[in-house]
Order: sequence, then structure tokens, then C-alpha cells
Amino acid sequence: MVKKASPKSPLITDSVKAFVSGGIICAFAEGLFYVFSKMGLAEKESRSIAMIILIVITAILTATGVFDVIAKHAGAGTSVPISGFANSIVSSALEFQTEGRILGTAAQMFSIAGPVIVFGCSSAAVYGFIYWLIK
Amino acid sequence: MAIRQGRTISLEKEIRIISSAAAVGRLEGEGPLKESFDRIFNDTTMGEKCWEKAESNLLSAAMQRALQKIKLEDSSLDAVFAGDLLNQCISSSFAARDMNVPFIGMFGACSTMALTTAMASLAIESGGINTCMAATSSHFCSAEKQFRFPLEYGGQRTPTAQRTVTGAGALILSEDFSPLNPRIKAVHLGKVEDLGIVDSTNMGAAMAPAARRTIADFLIDTNTLPSDYDAIFTGDLGLVGTRLLRELMLKEDNIDISSVHQDCGLMIFDRETQDVHSGGSGCGCCGSVLCGHILSEMRKGKLRNILFVATGALMSPVSSREGESIPGVAHLLNIVI
Repeated sequence: MVKKASPKSPLITDSVKAFVSGGIICAFAEGLFYVFSKMGLAEKESRSIAMIILIVITAILTATGVFDVIAKHAGAGTSVPISGFANSIVSSALEFQTEGRILGTAAQMFSIAGPVIVFGCSSAAVYGFIYWLIK
Repeated sequence: MAIRQGRTISLEKEIRIISSAAAVGRLEGEGPLKESFDRIFNDTTMGEKCWEKAESNLLSAAMQRALQKIKLEDSSLDAVFAGDLLNQCISSSFAARDMNVPFIGMFGACSTMALTTAMASLAIESGGINTCMAATSSHFCSAEKQFRFPLEYGGQRTPTAQRTVTGAGALILSEDFSPLNPRIKAVHLGKVEDLGIVDSTNMGAAMAPAARRTIADFLIDTNTLPSDYDAIFTGDLGLVGTRLLRELMLKEDNIDISSVHQDCGLMIFDRETQDVHSGGSGCGCCGSVLCGHILSEMRKGKLRNILFVATGALMSPVSSREGESIPGVAHLLNIVI
């Protein structure tokens, strides 16, 4: 009965929007990578700089209140790339700044990103172990 | 003395709402009921540094406006009954900090407006106090911070989610004989109902069974029909909860309320243009609609006999994380003029 009364998320529209917006972000990052590579930077450095630029842009857009407006439409398109991770940290840090720098901003800034870091590191360790066994 | 019929308490004294005021935020002030609010804050922060203080300011604004309307000093009040959604009800107690009046803080989640008014009426009926205030508030930003995600977090809401209303309502009750003031004729305090809904983004569904129980019990106690009332207002069931309540009452109790039923969560926003998904929610939703729209319609004589059923979802972020389902409660006021 609850299911029948509850409107469903528009899955197809959401997926298309996420695909397009996620694609644009990744293409933009690839573009940056290409430019830096052409400038003579090594592959690893070019990738790192492209990533840092994405993080900085996200942080600025989050602080100016633009990011959540874009993310409302883009969904997974903005949350899956590194922009989602950056946004979760900056938004938490901003929200809790009224509770002080230490117990507010610093303690709470990983409240959303924390689990991602924990599971990210854990799965990296497991993956690394399996890789070491196979090798 | 008050008369008990089942669980419905009919008040013998002429306890009337001698003044009321509603203060809301910008989005609510752009909604369909904008004309009925006493004060609209265009600045979400209400000039404060944090959301909790902003909410407290909003509540103070409604309380002071209600007092000003009848030129009453706060020292003339015998008690203030107030509550909100924040931990330890800080918006209410901080708003009461500046008033020199005994304070009774109450938590009923979004049902607080009916709960505080009911308890205030019963206190007057008991003869212990003469004039008192019942109030409540909620703020979109402070509720998001406490219950959901940081404001600037880029996430998507499900279509069943509701938007917490930035709003506050305050009303002053007293034994009064002016026929121009709406009278609290009866109150019905609801039981906690929980049908096992765990989705905290679908609170309308969690609260609908409680609303159904309270309305059905009241109608049976008083031997009346929905058509005996000009309107039955529920608090903040939103689109999903409204559909469920009407269907549940028809199926389980064989009572059709659809011709007189309205939901404050659907009235305060225009769902087509205001991007609020399933409608409004929060203590301030039915609080501001009652103290603004409904009571002014009653004073104009457009509504004469109504049921006001405020619904609350009694969960906390901790209980949700621990996998508990959402208990709902609904308290009812029968207001006449």
C-alpha cells in the first residue's frame, strides 16, 4: 500500500542526466590531463594536477552554494567522480564551523566522507593482498 | 470540569484563542498562504550566526507578534508551552529565555502545535492558570543539519521526501467569552502507532496510521461524521501520507474523509512550482498554517467547526541508524467559533 502511494524516482531521466554530467566532468578532467601532458609534465603529475583542479573547483562551487543545485540534477554524475568526495568534506566543514574549529569543523568534516575512506582503504588492502598472492 | 467521552476530553470552560501569530521563511512566504503570515523573513539566518539561533529568533518573532496583537506584556502570561525538533528543544527554551514566564518544554515532533495547545487548554481547564501561550517552530536548515546532510551537500531527494518548513506559530489561550475568538472545544491525545515503516525519507507514510487512529477514535467517541465538520486539517502528511490516510480510513474504518480533508504540508507550498517533492513537514508547518491561515479563516467565519490533527514522527537520527522503525503520533484539537 505504501509502495503504491509513493511516487517513484524517474530512473531513466536520472540515469541519462547522471551519464551526461558525469561524462562532462570526466571529459573535462581528461582535457586538463591532455593539456598538462602537452606542457611536458609526466603522466602521473598531470593526472594529480587535473584531480587537484577538480577538487578546488568543487570546493569553490560548494562554498558558493552552486554545487548542490547542480548535484540535484546530476546525481551520481557529480557524486561518483572525486567532486562528490570533495563536496562531502567541504559541506560538512562549512555546516559545523559554528560549533568551533576543533570540535566543529575538524571533528565533523569527515562525517560523510569518513566511511568512504575506511572502506576505500580496507578494500585497497584486500585488493593489494590478492594481487600480491597472484603475482 | 472537563468531560471524558472515550479518550476525547471535552472542555467545559470557554477556552479561546485570544491571539495568534505566524512567522515564516522566504520559500513559505512565496507559497499559496503568503497573505496569512504575520512576518516573513527573507534572510534564512534571521540575522544570526547559526541555524539553531535563527530558529529561536523565528519563534520569538511569532511569540512577540501574538502578544503585540492584543497589547499584552509577556509577564501577563502564566505559562509558555513550547517545543521544537532540535535536541533538548533548544529553540523553544532559548526563545523563552528572554521571557519572564514559567516554561514547559514539550516534544511531540511535528505534532507539537496540537500537543502544546492541548496541554495549555487542559492547564486552564484545571483552574491552575488563566492565560498561557502555546508555540512551536522548525527551520529547514537546522533540521537538515540535525537529521539529514549538511546544507551544501550535493545529494538527490526521493520523491517521497518532504521539506521541513521554516516557520513558527504561537497562540495565546485564555478563558474568554468573546464569540469572535475561536474556542477549543475538545482535545484528543493520540496513541503511538507504528506499522513498521523504516524509510526516514517517507515520513508521511509513517505518520498516516497515527492520524487515522486519532481521527477515527475521535469520531467514534463523539458520535460524529466527517461531514459534521467544515474541515479536517492534518499536520504534515504530504502527498504520500494524505493518499495513505484517506485509503486507510476508507478501508479499515469505512469512513470517507476526502471531501473535508486538507493537509497543511500540501497547503503551505505549491508542489508544482516550489520543488518540495511530497510537501512540507516539521513542527512549524502545521504551526504556522494554524496560527496564520486556519485561525484567520475561522475569525472571518469561513470555517466554523474544524478538526486540527497534528502528526509527528517520533524517531531520532540514532534510532534510524539502529534500524528502528518510525513511531507516529497524532493529537487532535476540535476548534469552533
